[in-house]
Amino acid sequence: MSVARFWRETLRRYNLGASKCPECQTVFFPPRSVCPQCTVHRKSMTKMEPCQLSGKGEIFSYTTVYEAADGFEMQVPYVLALVKMAEGPVLTGQVVDVDPKEVHEGMPVKATFRKLREDGDSGVIHYGYKFAIVRSPTASK
Amino acid sequence: MKGNGAGIVSYGTYVPRYRISPDEIGRVWGVDGVAMGKNLNIHSKSVPSPDEDTITISTEALRVAIARGNIDPREIGALYVGSESHPYAVKPTATIVAQAVGATPNLTAADFEFACKAGTAAIQVCMGLVSSGMIKYGVAIGSDTSQGAPGDALEYSASAGGGAFVIGKDHIIAKINATQSYTTDTPDFWRREGQRYPSHGGRFTGEPAYFRHVTECGKGIMKAEGTTPADYQHVVFHQPNGKFPLRAGKMLGFNDDQMRYGMVTPWIGNTYSGAALIGLANVLDHAKPSERILVVGYGSGAGSDAFDVTVTDEISHYDHSIGTPVQKDLEEGISINYSIYAKFRGKIRLSGE
Ligand SMILES: [Zn+2]
Repeated sequence: MSVARFWRETLRRYNLGASKCPECQTVFFPPRSVCPQCTVHRKSMTKMEPCQLSGKGEIFSYTTVYEAADGFEMQVPYVLALVKMAEGPVLTGQVVDVDPKEVHEGMPVKATFRKLREDGDSGVIHYGYKFAIVRSPTASK
Repeated sequence: MKGNGAGIVSYGTYVPRYRISPDEIGRVWGVDGVAMGKNLNIHSKSVPSPDEDTITISTEALRVAIARGNIDPREIGALYVGSESHPYAVKPTATIVAQAVGATPNLTAADFEFACKAGTAAIQVCMGLVSSGMIKYGVAIGSDTSQGAPGDALEYSASAGGGAFVIGKDHIIAKINATQSYTTDTPDFWRREGQRYPSHGGRFTGEPAYFRHVTECGKGIMKAEGTTPADYQHVVFHQPNGKFPLRAGKMLGFNDDQMRYGMVTPWIGNTYSGAALIGLANVLDHAKPSERILVVGYGSGAGSDAFDVTVTDEISHYDHSIGTPVQKDLEEGISINYSIYAKFRGKIRLSGE
């Protein structure tokens, strides 16, 4: 992916930037400029509101990857999941720091900021969201 | 230097989940790792995942600080990241962190370097900008993913983690009464441009470097503030291992009880620029209103930054439920063996690389 193309997607990759239809309240990720459910009345045109996903969600479906894509060789085996976000959209992302055997559908996760890939030793480093298992916030003692 | 009303508005930390023990590292090199761990007072150290670096650690720590303090990131006027493991040689860590927390574009940002005390140096700069009224919030981050050469003594301690502090004047949970530094040209530890691992002066790292700077700086600030060790409920030192801070504390007249919460290296290793800040965060996780804290950071090369801090009543309303308490990171983690560690830390190179 080109440096320019990735840079244009910074808002959604870094900050989970989404958009919301003011008519039917549906949240879209990636953000849309028109609501496909309200196009008949063209009510949503120019009215879509930018918003940010909370990062909270749960695992809807997942798979364990053993044959890595370029740049992910050191992370094999890793879990790739479809995550249903609290606001509605379903996102695809890696689930980090977990034994694939522990992952299950319905597991609560939250977005975490990670390195996505590096363009070799001298190229740009791409960052964005992945997902981490939600642990209870209180210390055990 | 007086604090002039500046203080800590919020804070957050991030420590990677993986842990390795000195025993496991020693096994690979034919060294008695248990004895090594005892000697350094390190039970385990944190290991970053292959997709974690100083930028991701700094971002996660700051996101916690922003959420706990319910801070509008657009009101952050300055953001500085202190580290000796910035992922880019040219391209500031601070720009990516600022973007990732939604603080861009109306702020000043820069990366700081001073071995392990770049984060405390950033706090001092933020104090000046805040107390002079130039900005509302300043963010100081200390974060590292440092490495020792395989088999080197540093490999048993060098770990990863970071702390982010939001400095401001209003609704502060801890007031910074004063800060003071002690700086000399001391070649105890260095890394030349382009070198993968640092070099150190062996025994030279102790007496003339760490102990002299930490104790002189600590004595200096207590003299300036007219305090003695008995005035502080907590003390935090930079902690390259679990032994040095205990000895520095004894030299200055502090007891084990005062050092209890400030000590984090025995369980997560030396997080370099993050060490003193994560220690301070653990103290603030436990501190009560009006308790007084002495913080003395240290960076090789060499210098110390000290802070005299008093916890305010605001800490009673502070939302500690967001993010991970430091204590949890000290107690928990995923243990890995040296093979996984070597894979994670890039000590194995793929063919063609
Ligand atoms: Zn709609």
